[in-house]
This record gives sequence, structure tokens and C-alpha cells, in this order.
Amino acid sequence: MKLKTILMAGALSAVASMAYADCAVDNEVELRSLTAAFEAWNAVTAAWEECGNFQAELNQEFRTVQPEAFAANPSLYQIGGVSNGTITPLLNQGTIRPLDDLVEMYGQNLRPNQLIRINGEIMAIAMMVNTQHLMYRADILEDLGIDVPTTWDEVLAAAEVIQEAGVVDYPLGATLKSGWNIAQDFNNMFLGYGGTFVNDDGTPNVNTEAGVNALGTMMAMTEYLDPEYLVSDSTYVQQQFQQGSIAMANLWASRAAAMDDEAESQVVGMVNMAAAPLAMEGGAPATTLWWDGIVIAANISDEEAAAAFQVAMEGLDREMVEANNDAAIWLVEGYQAGRLSEGAIATASAQPAPASYPSTSQMGLMHTALGNELPAFFTGEVSAEEALAAVEAAYTTSAQEAGILE
Amino acid sequence: MKFKTFAAFVGPSLFLMFLFIAAPLVSVFIGSFQLTQPVLEQVEEETCTPGFVTQTCTTTMVTRPILDEFGEIQTTTEWVGWTNYTRVLDPEATWAAISNWDWNALMQVDFWAALRFTLMFTLVTLPLVIGVGLAIALAVNNAAKSIKGPIIFVSLLPFIITPVIGALSIRWLFIGDGILTSALEAWLDQDIAMFAQAWTIELMMLFYRVWHVAPFAFVIFYAGLQTVNQDTLESAIIDGASRWDRLRFVVVPHLMPLIVFIALIHLMDTYRVFEEIVGFTSQAHVISLQWLTYDFLQPDDAGNRAFGRASASAMLTMVGIVFLLIPLLRRTWRDHHGGSH
Repeated sequence: MKLKTILMAGALSAVASMAYADCAVDNEVELRSLTAAFEAWNAVTAAWEECGNFQAELNQEFRTVQPEAFAANPSLYQIGGVSNGTITPLLNQGTIRPLDDLVEMYGQNLRPNQLIRINGEIMAIAMMVNTQHLMYRADILEDLGIDVPTTWDEVLAAAEVIQEAGVVDYPLGATLKSGWNIAQDFNNMFLGYGGTFVNDDGTPNVNTEAGVNALGTMMAMTEYLDPEYLVSDSTYVQQQFQQGSIAMANLWASRAAAMDDEAESQVVGMVNMAAAPLAMEGGAPATTLWWDGIVIAANISDEEAAAAFQVAMEGLDREMVEANNDAAIWLVEGYQAGRLSEGAIATASAQPAPASYPSTSQMGLMHTALGNELPAFFTGEVSAEEALAAVEAAYTTSAQEAGILE
Repeated sequence: MKFKTFAAFVGPSLFLMFLFIAAPLVSVFIGSFQLTQPVLEQVEEETCTPGFVTQTCTTTMVTRPILDEFGEIQTTTEWVGWTNYTRVLDPEATWAAISNWDWNALMQVDFWAALRFTLMFTLVTLPLVIGVGLAIALAVNNAAKSIKGPIIFVSLLPFIITPVIGALSIRWLFIGDGILTSALEAWLDQDIAMFAQAWTIELMMLFYRVWHVAPFAFVIFYAGLQTVNQDTLESAIIDGASRWDRLRFVVVPHLMPLIVFIALIHLMDTYRVFEEIVGFTSQAHVISLQWLTYDFLQPDDAGNRAFGRASASAMLTMVGIVFLLIPLLRRTWRDHHGGSH
């Protein structure tokens, strides 16, 4: 009896959710999307699902799944969520379609800034920008009379003061999980010290002064981190902030809204954002600029592509942004920059400005090599030079296998 | 038995063994000597990315694979001899490390670091699993009939849990301020970080594996204990043999074939240790051979998979298992043929 009631309730709610009140297009094509799983994607995919016949998959491992899924014919997903880092394999395999026609027909509300052009063709629609910048507990810094740090030396000095005051478990948090995260943290610092990853001929160039300096600064950070930093990813650092156990971190702008989420956070309103710190005087902030957006699969029919694009546009409209203003730094019309976006805007408008993360095959190989080889330096097994030499060797091997190097 | 009947019985399983074991093995063997590369071209590409107000466009030379008429990446496959093996084993660095007696340098070659852990893990868990399994079996065998059922049920529980889930649960008990870490910290009155160094992670992995596999050994031993000759045991008691003597001279010799069997299965299983590495996210500190193969197969951030190196590492793993099993297989062989000589 009881089971029956539950089933009925389930059926009713399913019927109720089929009244797609908020979606202007009446979608009749079965559509699926594969995206990352942070706050902004929650908002966007929820708006897509309102259009009906839509199945959104939010998966933090999308990086691994996406290339194969899009290479299938027909593609397993019509819409993909990508960033300037993850679009590379899709471009290489030619599994996403140019969007010029679709933009012309259905993209009236897009701003020119959102159109990602590669060789003149629109290959993706950006919806937000993202960057790693300084997030700090304004109350702690004020209590201890510390100015907001603008360089990594100042961050470390502030961390020392906070450590001595003993107001939090660990003064700093950092996304140093072995693999993609630690490599990205190195990238930030390396660019901050003015390094370039590969030479013009494709040979690696990280075992340099900039590389050693970057590792030195990162090692200096570890003194103020939770000792389990090699398993700490963005979500872990976000939770450390929310639970009040850290005071500062160079963390993704897309995580800012979570600080003010009253359901999860014990520090609502206390975390402020500032520009990513400089690694050296006169350099760019030690970070990279990213965009996140959508692509449409190539291996699907034109009808499916048209339907998918219309639904995608529905999710990226003013209504969605107004309802989720703080979830991201939206590029979509209607976005109001607020307290949470101050840091990202200060980062991007710094002079000299930080670089965009390069979407090249070489960078993809380098990122993987860094993620595999750098942890040995942090566990104390090898010196900075040895770790960087191992990175260059690993890069060279995989570049030779990929046919990029002779 | 007539040959026809014999063939009808054995044929299907031979066919399936060929299809699912021999054929993949041959293809991996061949793959370990090949290298498949995409055909690349250098193109000048203008990329525009959004800023906060306007876009910035940059023109750079990028490498893109050439697509064929079906939209697939064009590839070439070459025979490369031992190159894949050389890349996995890195003989140059290995030799330099060995000739300098530099253990740390040797551990920088992923393969040797993985082999070190895999061997240690296999050989340390083996006696523990057999010992703990036997102990539980003896305890259950001597328990009162009324509580036997519940004890068997409880001791089988760890074996039922999916390995990855089990590993994750233990990880969450210990990571950060997990319940058990907090308890340990309160008890020992010092700050403990279980995931900050290799040896604590390895300790948790060893504990986890023994906890997970001991019930399997228990079930087998418990069944074996039911067949121990009671007359021999009674006469041993009359001869004044202590409990320990009876275990040593009657029970264990009787269970010996089962011990060999469990050792065989356990060596094969544990040499392929993988769930622990993923479950405990230990790759910064500790990796295993199976994980190494998996890592080669994972696409890197440019979408490439190192199939050649993965095949080489898989072949090397297989060779390792065969070496480990030789003593046990020889023993089983002797036992089966001993009677006829």
C-alpha cells in the first residue's frame, strides 16, 4: 500500500516536471549533455532540462570520457561542456562542428565576446570565465592587521603571522592533488615567474630558473598547508574554507559562490576575493585565464544539432544568469559583477595580464608529464632540478610517441 | 571416454579460453612491439578567447592531426622493436642507479617503484591472509553450535563488499579529520596525517587487503577442517599431543593442498593490486604495476593514449606473475605426479 503511494507520488512529480514552464523552445529531440560538475554547470544544465527530453550528465571525470564519447558515430552526447584546456582533444579529432550557421539562426542573444573563433570559424560558445585567484578570510586578516597580500612573498609572510596567532588549523590551502591539479598549480607559478613551457621546435623548456623558482615557492607554501596536500583538490580546499579550517588559498573563481552557501558554509560573507598574487615584481599574476562553454558534436544529424543548439541557448540566457548571478563570472547578458567577482576581474585586468591557458597538444602532454613527475619533489625524493628533468624526459617520450617530436 | 564425447565437453571451454585469453594475450604481445602515431601537420591558427570586455586573438603555429575522409585521425603503425620496453624500464637510468647503489634514483623509474610496492604488498599479505584465515576457521570450528551461524556471517562480510567501495570507506575513515584519525589524535595526543607519507598509506592498504581477503581463506580452510580425520586427532590426544602439536602435525599437513591453493590464488590476485591505489588516491606516494598499465592507457590532456607502453607494461606484469607462481606450480605438479613414480 505504502509502496503504491510512493510510486504514485513519483509518477505525479514526473508529470509535473514535464510542464516545462520556463523554456521557450518545445524540444522534441532526445538530447544528452556531458559537462563538468561545478556550480555553474548545475545552473545551466538545470535550465536545459526544463526544455524536456533532456538528459544532463555532470561528471568531474568528463575530461577522460568526452573525447571517446564524441568520437563515436553517432556521438553519445549532443552538447559538451568544455574549457580552453579540454577542447584540445575534440579539436584534434574533429568531433565538434562549426557553429556559424547556428549562431546566425538562433544566437541573437549572444555577445561577440562569447564566440570562440578558431581560424575564423566559431567552434564553441563561451559562457563564463574562470581563473584561480586569492581567496582570503577578511575577518582574520583584519583582526591580525594584515594587508591583503599582492605577492607570494606577502602571502607567505601573512601565513606565518596567521600560523603564530593559531586562529585556524592551517593558514593556507592549495589544490596540489597529484595529477592534473598539482600540474596546474605549477603552471600558474611558472607563468608567474615568466617561464615558457616549450620551445618553438616543440622541445620542453621547464627545467629553467623559472621552473626551479616556481617549485621553490610552492614548497615554501607547503609549510602552511594541511600535510595531506597531495590529495587535496578544488573541492577539498573549498570544504576547508567552508569549515573554517584555512584562511587563504589561490582557488578557482567558480568556487567563490560556495563560500556564501548557507547550507554548507560556516564562513558566509567572511571570504573575500582578490587578484592572484604576483610571483615576482613586475610579472603577471601567477595564474591562467580560462573560459568555460559549450560545443556541439559533429557526428549527429543537422536536426539534432539545431535542437541541441536552441536548447543550449535557452540555458545560457538572461533568465538563468539572473537566477544564478553569483554561481560564476558569466559572459552572458544580464550578469551583475558583485563582491564575489572582484578578485577575478582584478586578476584579468592586471598589467601585464596573465596568459590564457593554451589549448595546444604540446601543453596537454606537458600538463600530464608535470602531474606525474612533480609529486616526487614534494615527497622529498628528488630535488627541484631532478623533478623538472624527469618532467622533460616524460614529456619528450610522450611527444615522440604522439609524433610531435622526432 | 570416447574422443568425440571428450571433445564435445572440452571444446566449448577451449574455444572460450582461446577467444578471451589467448587471442587478447597475443594482440597485447604484438602491440607491445608496435607504435601507432597520428599523422600530424603544423598549421597556423588564429584563436580568439574572451576577456571581460573584449576578445583577445592570437595567431600561433599549432600541431593538428590530419583527418581522413571518414573523419577519423590518420595513423601510422610501425614496428619499433624493444622501444616500448625500453621506455617503460628506462635501462639507462636503471643501470646508473644500480651501479651507484642509489636506491632513491632507482625508485624514480616508475616501473621499479611499482614493482617494489607490488612485490612487497604481495609477499607481506600472503602469510597474513593465510594466518588470519586459518585462525578464524579454527575459532569458528571450535565455537558453540548456537553462535556458529552469526560468526560465519559476520566474518564473511568484508569479502562481500566491492573492493573499491571498501577502499573508499577506509579512506574516508582516515583522510583529513576522519573519525578514526580524530580518535587516534585524541588518544595519542598528537597531530596525525595518514595520507601525508607513503608508509602510513601502505599500512592502510595492507590492513585493507588482509581484511578483505581473509574471509576467502577462512571459507576454504573451514571446509577443509570438516574433513580432518577425527580418529587421527583422537589418537593424537591419547598420545598426549597438545593443542599446538595437533595443529602442527595433524591439521596443517592435512590442509597443505588448500594452503597451496590459496597461496596460488592470492599471489595471482594481489600481484594485480589496483583498487587500493585508486581508492586511496595514493599515486603521489605509491603505485603498483597494474596501475602503471592503467595510467598509460588513460588519455593525456591532448587525448593520446600510450597503447604501446601499456602493452609492454602488461606483458612485464604477466612475466612477473609467472615467476612468482613457478615454485607453487612445481609443488602442485609434484603432488599430482608423485604417486606414479
